[in-house]
Amino acid sequence: MTMAPKREAYDVVVIGAGPAGLAAAATSAEAGLSTLLLDENIGPGGQVFRAVASTPVTDRNQLGADYWVGADLVQTLRASNAEIIQRATVWSLDRNLDIAVSVGGASAFVKAKRVILATGALERPFPIPGWTLPGVMTAGAAQTMLKSSALVPDGRTVIAGQGPLLWLLAAQILRLGGRIDRILDTTERGNYFAALPHAFAFLTSPYFAKGLSMMREVKAKVQVVSGVTELAASGDGQLASVSYVAGGKRETISADLLLLHQGVVPNVNLAMSAGIEHRWDDLQLCWSPVLDASGNSSIAGIAIAGDGAGIGGANAAVVRGRIAARAAVEALAPAAGAKLPSMAALRADLSKAERGRVFLDTLFRPSPQFRIPSGDTIVCRCEEVTAKDVLDAVAIGATGPNQLKAYRRTGMGPCQGRLCGLTVTELMAQARGKTPQEIGYYRLRAPVKPITLAELAAVPKSEDDIKAVVRG
Amino acid sequence: MTKNVDAIVVGGGIHGCSTALHLCLAGLKPVLIEKDYAGRHASGVNAGGVRQLARHIPEIPLSIRSMGIWEKISELVDDDCSFESYGQVLVAENEEELAVCRARVAELNALGFTHEELIDGAELQRLVPAVSETCPGGVVSRRDGAANPAQTTTAFRRKAEQLGATVREGVAASNIRYSDGLWHVDVGIETFAAPVLVNAAGAWAGKIAAALGEPVPVETVAPMLMITSRVPHFIDPVVILRGRKLSFKQFKNGTVLIGGGHLATPYQDRNETVLDWKSLAISARTVFELFPVMRDATIMRAWAGIEAKMKDDIPVFGPSSRHKGLYHQFGFSLHGFQLGPGAGAVMAELIVNGGTQTRVSDLGIDRFHPSTL
Repeated sequence: MTMAPKREAYDVVVIGAGPAGLAAAATSAEAGLSTLLLDENIGPGGQVFRAVASTPVTDRNQLGADYWVGADLVQTLRASNAEIIQRATVWSLDRNLDIAVSVGGASAFVKAKRVILATGALERPFPIPGWTLPGVMTAGAAQTMLKSSALVPDGRTVIAGQGPLLWLLAAQILRLGGRIDRILDTTERGNYFAALPHAFAFLTSPYFAKGLSMMREVKAKVQVVSGVTELAASGDGQLASVSYVAGGKRETISADLLLLHQGVVPNVNLAMSAGIEHRWDDLQLCWSPVLDASGNSSIAGIAIAGDGAGIGGANAAVVRGRIAARAAVEALAPAAGAKLPSMAALRADLSKAERGRVFLDTLFRPSPQFRIPSGDTIVCRCEEVTAKDVLDAVAIGATGPNQLKAYRRTGMGPCQGRLCGLTVTELMAQARGKTPQEIGYYRLRAPVKPITLAELAAVPKSEDDIKAVVRG
Repeated sequence: MTKNVDAIVVGGGIHGCSTALHLCLAGLKPVLIEKDYAGRHASGVNAGGVRQLARHIPEIPLSIRSMGIWEKISELVDDDCSFESYGQVLVAENEEELAVCRARVAELNALGFTHEELIDGAELQRLVPAVSETCPGGVVSRRDGAANPAQTTTAFRRKAEQLGATVREGVAASNIRYSDGLWHVDVGIETFAAPVLVNAAGAWAGKIAAALGEPVPVETVAPMLMITSRVPHFIDPVVILRGRKLSFKQFKNGTVLIGGGHLATPYQDRNETVLDWKSLAISARTVFELFPVMRDATIMRAWAGIEAKMKDDIPVFGPSSRHKGLYHQFGFSLHGFQLGPGAGAVMAELIVNGGTQTRVSDLGIDRFHPSTL
């Protein structure tokens, strides 16, 4: 059963129950602070530990040992006094730390002394020709189906892209008996050289051994084409084939399902709509919030932990969650911090968890042709705006993403820029000879997830108003 | 180095852009200075109402002048601005409100204005079938309509630039001063000088006026708007209520804009607003009651634009009462968008000809005296 928050005000409200949010809420509650954890999914875990408390996949090897770390985090949290609400969609947060949350079709407002945002990551847009065809989906969506329902592809399946999660998904699909016909690896060859100076840190990081064995496992069963430099999906109303160029040679293969993935980027929508300052990260090619060493943002009282603070992976997310919560404890109940691990110890854990990250970021930095489309390739799916449309608008005076709205309505559809924002920024930056930082991003607005008019109308003001609405 | 131009326009809203454009049409070379970008604030994010309906009497002549320009907007700016004219309807929800409407229309008729027309319940149902049958009537202004505000402001800016205006965006006008018969304004490392200065800086205009010795009773406000997902077409005119704060407009793509003047908290120095969802909930309740078809629509986005509101709710428009060559065009108090095209034309006449046929004398800054502040 879903319940509205029990109180109107909390010491700490944590938003998102992935690795960072689980750790932050547990730490905060352990220190005795009144803690509310709001999470949009059916159960805790976020994407990386999705359905960890309910998955039908019981063979632990199939999802890997790292997945089951999530179960311990959930257990620790559930043993604490934190109030946890699932299927709770936070649709507004502002600089006064007022939070609007929708639970079970009804909205409530809560106030926090500190907010820890742990809204995680989104998959980077992968705007190739045909990416909007039915039959083309993101690897993350496929992984959601796999973790929550043990569903794996059984038609002709192609996976294209790059990055650690792509290999993890491929391994998970194969272990569950799913079908993969070919993997098209888009990692740019030059990236291997660029990443070399960072290789030592990577070799001594936990990523290395795990990553290598996973790639071996997949390559033993699936044909992998590396050095893919062009990619397109085609079909008449439905995906029929995937064509690609590798080593200068074009090839076209039939496919029923194309899974695309080229890394993840911070999910910035709630943070940006609250007015938190972000900067363009030129290595990770995305917007990241400006934070201090404890995760505190430009708005007093709001901290960000986990991949929403800049992509760092699950291990780093857990530590960042603890750090942000410890900072909240230090601010609100300094005496209670004594029983928690020291900040110095946590920061040491973080630098260990972040080891090897620069190598991964450099190696898997997506190539320009897969980030910045041209011609008739769709950029904005909600309003069906193509790359050419964007460039035409630039030619007659659109200077940035917000001005572009006046010409093409990009970013004004239901996704609020989640699927087009980075593409629009980079496309406009390239067209105008500016940096993405100079070009900027959409100004994002609440509600960051749509709510119905009826739900907003039912927000209680007084008993009389409630009755009036019910009679309506 | 100082660049000499014919006029300096401070503020890239619909008003500054329109004035710059009309100065160009009169053969002048103005510079338009905007601290952010054209249409960043109220002009780009308002409800887009093109409304003569329910205006304060002193600004009706300017509104009528503007309406004539709106009806040929493509000829002026080479862009249709998504202007459409299905009328605007003021709904009376009960007999008392209808009586107020009746008196208002009679007052306008006595003054010679005929754009507002009293309608009964049957005509209201014909114009707005979705409105509750218990509403006894209202007022319609049939030539009114709506446009896309960001598209419009951008179009005025673009056309002004094409006709020879110099546009500076992203840098604020500073160090405004008068010497040797010319106004001087710094814009970053540049300085512009001109015999004419137009203060069209919206929410920032009050400070400019005060710094030049003409303080006026003005506050910064941020009226909130929200837009819904697409719903099947059910309404053509813009609808406003007589008794409650609500304005309502369905666009061609099916989305519905809900406004009405509930206010957010503006943080002017940061270009930011903080929305008040409890007030937006009041708007949602009103829509819920009046338009059952809207109940399942989703709210996609809400926002607020920062603008200037005068104590007497009418704009400051015309020459300075203290300085030669200084003109004010601000304080449009939540209803300046429709006036933009006409106000630019009239302002250009005031500057170039020293006078205009359009009655704007009630809008001058000289209506304020230190005793009224």
